[in-house]
Amino acid sequence: MSWEVVMGLEVHLQLATNSKIFSGAANQFGAEPNVQACAVDLGMPGMLPVLNSEAVRYAVMFGLAIDARLGKRSVFDRKNYFYPDSPKGYQISQFFEPIVCEGHFDIPMEDGSLFPVRITRAHLEEDAGKSVHDAYTGQTGVDLNRAGTPLLEIVTEPDFRTAAQAVAYLKALHSLAIYLGISDGNMAEGSMRCDINISLRASGSEGFGTRTEIKNVNSFKFVEKAIAVETERQQDVLESGGTITQETRLYDAEKNETRAMRSKEVANDYRYFPEPDLLPIIIDDEYISAIKSALPELPSIKRERFISDYELSHYDAALLVDTPTLANYFETAAIQSKAPKLTANWILGDLAGTLNRENLDISQSPVSAESLAGLIVRIADDTLSSKLAKQVFEGLWQQEGTADAIIETRGLKQVTDTGALETMVDQVIEANPDQVAQYRAAEEGKQKKLVGFFVGQVMKASKGQANPQLLNTLLVKKLNGS
Amino acid sequence: MTLESLTYASATELSSGLRTAEISAVELTQACIDVIAKQNPAVNAVITLCQESALTEAKAADLRLREGSAGPLTGIPLLHKDIFCTRNVATTCASKMLANFIPPYDATVVSRLRAAGTVMLGKTNMDEFAMGSSTETSVFGVTRNPWDLNCVPGGSSGGAAAAVAAGFTPLGTGTDTGGSIRQPASLCGITGLKPTYGRVSRLGIIAFASSLDQAGPMTRTVEDAALMLQAMSGVDAGDSTSADLEVPDFSGGLNQPISGLRIGIPKEYFSQNLDQRVADKIHQALDELVKEGAELVDIDLPHTEQGIATYYIIAPAEASTNLSRYDGVRFGHRCESPLSLTDLYERSRSEGFGEEVQRRILVGTYALSAGFYDAYFKKAQQVRRLISEDFQKAFEHCDVIAGPAAPGPAFPLGAKSDDPLAMYLEDVYTLSVNLAGLPGLSIPAGLVDGMPVGLQLIGRSFDEATLLRVGHRFQLCTDHHHAKPVLGGASQ
Repeated sequence: MSWEVVMGLEVHLQLATNSKIFSGAANQFGAEPNVQACAVDLGMPGMLPVLNSEAVRYAVMFGLAIDARLGKRSVFDRKNYFYPDSPKGYQISQFFEPIVCEGHFDIPMEDGSLFPVRITRAHLEEDAGKSVHDAYTGQTGVDLNRAGTPLLEIVTEPDFRTAAQAVAYLKALHSLAIYLGISDGNMAEGSMRCDINISLRASGSEGFGTRTEIKNVNSFKFVEKAIAVETERQQDVLESGGTITQETRLYDAEKNETRAMRSKEVANDYRYFPEPDLLPIIIDDEYISAIKSALPELPSIKRERFISDYELSHYDAALLVDTPTLANYFETAAIQSKAPKLTANWILGDLAGTLNRENLDISQSPVSAESLAGLIVRIADDTLSSKLAKQVFEGLWQQEGTADAIIETRGLKQVTDTGALETMVDQVIEANPDQVAQYRAAEEGKQKKLVGFFVGQVMKASKGQANPQLLNTLLVKKLNGS
Repeated sequence: MTLESLTYASATELSSGLRTAEISAVELTQACIDVIAKQNPAVNAVITLCQESALTEAKAADLRLREGSAGPLTGIPLLHKDIFCTRNVATTCASKMLANFIPPYDATVVSRLRAAGTVMLGKTNMDEFAMGSSTETSVFGVTRNPWDLNCVPGGSSGGAAAAVAAGFTPLGTGTDTGGSIRQPASLCGITGLKPTYGRVSRLGIIAFASSLDQAGPMTRTVEDAALMLQAMSGVDAGDSTSADLEVPDFSGGLNQPISGLRIGIPKEYFSQNLDQRVADKIHQALDELVKEGAELVDIDLPHTEQGIATYYIIAPAEASTNLSRYDGVRFGHRCESPLSLTDLYERSRSEGFGEEVQRRILVGTYALSAGFYDAYFKKAQQVRRLISEDFQKAFEHCDVIAGPAAPGPAFPLGAKSDDPLAMYLEDVYTLSVNLAGLPGLSIPAGLVDGMPVGLQLIGRSFDEATLLRVGHRFQLCTDHHHAKPVLGGASQ
C-alpha cells in the first residue's frame, strides 16, 4: 500500500519591532535574564497591556503581501494556561477574529514551477518567556526577556504533500519576512519556529488521517528530518495495524526521532475569551492603502522581473531574490557589467562557493558588487580567460584593488594580439621539428590530440596568458602548412 | 475648629480653611491620624496607616499653600482602597495572597491624586480582591459599620465607606465592579460615585473584572465627589480602555438648576425585593427633587433580573483569568516546600485565596470551559448587550434614572456569609449599571431605624455632570449627608 503525506504548517514569526507587543520594554535577543522585562511583561498586579501599533502595521504588511483578506476589525483573546514562563497565566492572542484571513502564497520550486499554498489565517500574539532548566541544580529559572515579543502566527491549509514543499514554503516565508522588514529571520535565535501538523492517508483517498503535531522545529534541515522520521513512524504504526494517536510531539534532533510530549505539557482547554483590557483593532481602507503604497518590491515580483529583464532561468532568479541584499548585489553588478547571465553565474558559482567556505553572508562579502562587475566586464571583453578570471577573483577577495589593477599588477592580461601570438607559434614550431613531422603524418582524428602539445608549449611561453581560441586557430593553420 | 468639626468637615470646607491658614495641612493630617488611632480598633476600616509619610506630604502641602501654588485638593487627607497600587506601600487586596506585596509603582489614580496635592493617610479594608458586598472576606478581619458596629459596612469598598462615615478622612477612593462603591456608600450614609467605564484609568488597580471595574470617589458631599473626580479623570496612555474625551468642569456645573429635568423611575427597581422602608425613603427623596422642578417619568428596564445571572458569569469569568497571575512564582504567597510545579500552583492558590475568591474562580473557569462557553459566557455577553439597550431606550425618555442603591439597610455581620446568593442580591440595583458601563451615584437619603439608606442616580454614558448636579441640588435642600454616627452606639 502506498501512502500520501498530508501536512499543514503553523509558523511563529517574531516581529522585529523596537518594543514589545504590549509594553514599552525593548525587544532584543540575548540580554541578561529578566533585564528586558518590565512590570507589564512580569504580569505584575494592576498592569495593563497597550498594543504596539508597529506590530499591527507589520501584520497588515504581511497580509497585503499574501493577498489576504484583512479583518477590518480584529480582536485579541486570552488563551489561558498555567506555566512559569507565562507570567499572567494567559497569553494574549487572537482566536475568534484574527487580523489576517485567507491569503495565498506561490512558492517557487527547484524545477521552476510554482507551488500554491493557501494561508488560512495569521494572527498577532505575545511570545512566552523561557524556563531555564540548567542554571540551578534541582530548580528551574524563569527568564521573561522574551515574554511579550510580538509574534505573527501564520497557519496554512493542509496543502503540503512532501518535505520539499514544506521546506520551500518556509524558505519563501523567511525570504518574504526579510523583504518586508518585519522580522530579522534569525532562526537560531528562534525568530521563526514551525509546528508541523502531519497525517498519512492511502494514496488516492480523499479523507484525512489522524494527525500529530510536531512542535517548535526551528531550522529548515530539522523540518525536513522531522517530517521524514514522523512519516516513517506513522507508516510503521499504520502498516502494523495500529492507529495514530492525535497528540503533540517533539522532534529530538540528537536522536533524530519524534516523541510524544508528556500529557502535562499539553493543555487541553485554553478557555479563550475576548481580552477585556484591549479594544478591538480597527483598520480602515486609508490605513491599508498607505501601507500598500509603501510596500517594497516583493520577492515574487522581483523574481519575475529578473527572469524577464535579465533573461535568467527560473531557478537562478529564485536563488538570487532570496534576500534583498543578494538581489541588490546581483542587480548592481549586472547593470554595471552589462552581462547579467555571466554575473548570475559568478555570484551563484565562485562567489557563493567562497562565501560559503568562509561562512560569510553576502553582506559580509569582501568583494563588492562593483568590484565583481569590473571582473565580469574583463571576461566579457575577452581580456580574461575563465582561468585568469579565477586568479583575478582571488585578487579581489584579497582586496588587492580593482579587477583592472589586479590584471595589471599580476600581469594577467590575455594575449589576444595576433602578431605577438604568431611569433610565439612560429618559435614553437621551429623548435620542435620532430613533433611537427609526427603531426603532419598523422590522421586527421589523431591530429586533434597532437595539437595539445603545441598549445601547452605556447601557453608556457605566454605564461598562460594566450587567448586559447585564438591560439588554437593559429596553430592549426600553421601546422597544416599554410 | 474642634477635632470633630475638623474631621467631619467636607474637603471643600477644609480647602478654604487651609487657604485662609485657619488650619494647616499638618494639623488636619494629625487630626485624622488621631481619630483613626482612637476609633479604628473598633471599626477596622484602615489596614495600613502611613503616619510618617502622610505628615511629610502634609508639610509639603503647607509649603505650597503658603507659596500660593495650591489647588483645591492640596493638603486634603485621603485614604486609598487597598486595591490601588501604592508605590513602596503594601497593596494587599485584603488577601493572604498579596499580604507581602509592595508595588514599585503608583496606580494612575494614586499618582493623579498625589499630583493634586492630597495627603495619603493609608489604605482601607475591603472584601478580598473586591469580591463581596460586606467587607467580611478580608484576611485582615471584618470592617464594622460606624452606625452600628454589629452591622456590615457593605462592600467591597466597605473600609473606605466606613472610614469616611467615621470621620477618619473626608476623601476615600473606591472601586466598583458591580456596586462596590455605591452599596457601601448607601449602607454607611456617604456619597459614592462610580464613573462611566473609561472615565478613570484602571492602570495600577488590581483587576477583578476588567470590563466592569471602575474607580471613583467616596466622600461626604457631592461637591467633594466632583472635586475628586476632576482630579482622577482623563485618558491614560497606559490604559487602552480609558476614554480619550475632554473632561468637563464637574464643579463648575454643580449649581445649575434641575427644573425640567426628567427622572426615570424603573418599576423593576421597586419590586418585592426592596425593603419597603427603603422604598419610602427613596420616594421621599424623589419628592424633594420634584419640588426642585424635576419631573418623574415611569420607565422600564426589563432585563434587570437577568442582570444578576449575567454579572455572575461575566465577572467571575474575567476574574478567573485575571487572578491566574497569582501562582506563587514571581510574587505573592508561595506554599512551603512545593513538591512539583502542580503542587506549587495548587497549594499556593488554595492557601492564598479565601473561600469566596476560590468560588468565583471556579464559577468563572467553568463558564469559559470548552462546551460551556456558548451556553454561559457568550449568552451572558448577549444579555449584557440587551441590558445596555434597555438603558439606551430608557434615556430616550429621561435624563437620569433614580432608585435605591441597595435592597435594604446594613445587615448584621455574618447574616449573609453562608448564603452567597443572598449576598449577590445586594447588588441587584447596581450591577446592571456596570454591565452597561454607565455612571452611578449613591447619596444619603435618610435613615431607616437609625441606619442610612442611599438614593442611586444613574446617568447617560460620560454624563457624570448631570448626576453630580442632581445630587448636589438634593444636598442643598436636604441634610441627610450631614447625619453622622455616634461611634459604638445609635445615631444622633
